[in-house]
Amino acid sequence: MSYTFALAGNQNSGKTTLFNQLTGSNQHVGNWPGVTVEQKTGTMIHHHHGKQTHIGLPSLRRQKPDAQSLPAEFTDVKIVDLPGIYSLSPYSMEEIVSRNYIVQDKPDVVINCVDATNLERNLYLTLQLLELGRPTVVALNMMDEVRHRGDTIDLDKMQKILGVPVVAISARKGEGLDELVRRAMDLADQQIYPARLDICDGAAHKALHAIRHLIEQQALAVDIRPRYAATKLFEGDELMMEQLTLSPDTRHIVDEILIAMEKELGMERAAVMADTRYRFIERMLADCVVLGADEQGSMSDRIDNVLTHRVLAIPVFLLMMLMVFYITFGPLGSFLADGFSSLIQAGIELIASALVTWGVADWVRELLVNGVLTGVGSVLSFMPTILILFLLLSILEDSGYMARAAFLMDKPLRKIGLNGRAFIPMMMGFGCTVPAVMSARSMNTQRDRRFTIMLTPFMSCGAKVPIYALFTRAFFGGNQVLVMSAFYLIGIGMAILAGLVLKRFVFHGDASPFLMELPKYRMPTVRNVLRQLWDKGSDFLKRAFTVIFLATLVVWFLQSFTLSLKPAPDVQSSVLGSIAGLLAPIFIPAGFGNVAASTAVLTGILAKESVVSTLAVLSGVDAQSTAMLTAIRSVFPSTLSAISFMLFILLYMPCVAAFAAMRREMESGRIAFFTVFSQTAVAWLVATVVYQAGHLLGLG
Amino acid sequence: MNEEKSRTLADLKPGDHAVVAGVGGSDALHRRLLDMGLTPGVNVLLQKTAPMGDPMEIHLRGYALTLRMDDAKNIAIRS
Repeated sequence: MSYTFALAGNQNSGKTTLFNQLTGSNQHVGNWPGVTVEQKTGTMIHHHHGKQTHIGLPSLRRQKPDAQSLPAEFTDVKIVDLPGIYSLSPYSMEEIVSRNYIVQDKPDVVINCVDATNLERNLYLTLQLLELGRPTVVALNMMDEVRHRGDTIDLDKMQKILGVPVVAISARKGEGLDELVRRAMDLADQQIYPARLDICDGAAHKALHAIRHLIEQQALAVDIRPRYAATKLFEGDELMMEQLTLSPDTRHIVDEILIAMEKELGMERAAVMADTRYRFIERMLADCVVLGADEQGSMSDRIDNVLTHRVLAIPVFLLMMLMVFYITFGPLGSFLADGFSSLIQAGIELIASALVTWGVADWVRELLVNGVLTGVGSVLSFMPTILILFLLLSILEDSGYMARAAFLMDKPLRKIGLNGRAFIPMMMGFGCTVPAVMSARSMNTQRDRRFTIMLTPFMSCGAKVPIYALFTRAFFGGNQVLVMSAFYLIGIGMAILAGLVLKRFVFHGDASPFLMELPKYRMPTVRNVLRQLWDKGSDFLKRAFTVIFLATLVVWFLQSFTLSLKPAPDVQSSVLGSIAGLLAPIFIPAGFGNVAASTAVLTGILAKESVVSTLAVLSGVDAQSTAMLTAIRSVFPSTLSAISFMLFILLYMPCVAAFAAMRREMESGRIAFFTVFSQTAVAWLVATVVYQAGHLLGLG
Repeated sequence: MNEEKSRTLADLKPGDHAVVAGVGGSDALHRRLLDMGLTPGVNVLLQKTAPMGDPMEIHLRGYALTLRMDDAKNIAIRS
């Protein structure tokens, strides 16, 4: 026996926490068929059919339910987590996916997660879910907060009015979950459908009734509940009109009915339906809810008065971002990252010497150590940074501050076609493009995610700092701060320019309205934060491993062999050197058309950290020595060519790890490739224009 | 909505209360405003605007919603 439960609810309703509680670690993340909306499914943790059992600390349990070893009365329950939505309109992919799933796949039970501290708006979705007619249970989440506020909710009355079971839970504290599961199992076992619920009256009721009568046959023919179909047609839902394949005549009659109703009520059709639902909810809440003195709400307000204060908000915000940045990339972050790197390095050396003792053939050892292990090491070395950043970001997100940050930064970012939520990825880009790109997932639409990700690499990442530092010492004497700031500003300037161009020519039109709930401030829970860390970390390892790993292997191969596949004595005579030699003429107009510079550009694709070390190796000097400065000056004959090279490094494609993250988060290899290709082209163009212009002005 | 010279949500000052009279906007925006509870007759409080003057934070139906001035111009009010 197996059941499928669908989990539906508003954003910020605690749906994800509930999903994690119900499924523990048995989760699978994928996409909905045909669209790029994330789909999470999981297997519900064991429970004894029909009786109450544990839902203790499920996320700590790792064992997968094994159907073979279980007694017959255990039922497998698959839980499908629907996207966080506010309605079932035809205007967002998330909402369409949700309604089609419930109508077409007919989950055995719909569990509707409702924020009990915010009933009025949350129940708006509930009423729409009930129209779909699947067995439904309403889970009133965050009941601990409701009690704390001194409010009381009459559950019996509410379930009588709604015609479905209503269960009080607190997903954060794990309260009421047994009861919720038991009620859901009962609904599934006995196939209990929602009782008939009439929410409208007067002219609206008459119109809905007439439409329902008119389209009943067509709806049944395509296996859609007539009541639901009629409600959607009432709202002017184009998608439903297509699904029902109504004749032009029928469409016309439906329209006539609605026009007559609009005239009588003096309100447009979609507004009538929204108004009807909200009025029904208002009446119901007046019956079921007694409000206490709202202590906690005022606490949240007090916090907000400071955090979004007219004067204080921006400084507090910048301070907060600076802190996140400092912890992630500053002494603590680099201590952990460096420590972890040396640990990996030590591990690699240990294995390397073991391979020598075991007398493994040289080329095998080379492949394993410099190819495979170094590749694995470079993937792993990103982990501390990613984990720290996401630890901090998930605390900000869970506490409700992230929504305020978007609120504060929306205006400036809108000018380049983005919204406030793009700020975090942009700022993180100054640290490392990989986690920055990953953090773009908090943006609501695919357009916004892709757009943001395209601009993130323009924020000069931390790995480029040593390059600027070296060049500044070699060419600009002591003007470290000035030169660095100039390059950071040029990066930002290019991002703004690219944003304006993309807004005008690529992403015009379909910007989603920026209507965002500002959730109450809440204390983040350790469990949720850890859960997100685990998700991000394992996701990065899984997705990025293949790309980065392969790229490392390829580069190692190119570096270690000559064109005739003999071991290369040095980089110049390797395949990589030969490619760099072929590539070098391309950079002549930019002023650095030599093999050393081209090789550095190539290894920089693997990791920006390699640029300096490549130049050092090719010049045969130690990167830290003063001889390095002389060597650099001989690779780049003029200050102008050095500036041109620095500009190219600033703007050209990010490293393969970043590319792997971009490919994943943009959900398209083609677009990710197009992005990094364009960036490289822009970099070349800027470098060339600057070099040529400088040359004409007699600076070179 | 073609109410001429009617006041909109964008005309409110922080601390002002108002009652929504009608909701305009193109299809997707119109529907989204309604779905978020901005239906005719609902009470709205303009809590504050962001430090740079836009977007705004309004309170309605027991929760806080942020929207941009441009979108707020689609919501007619009566005080």
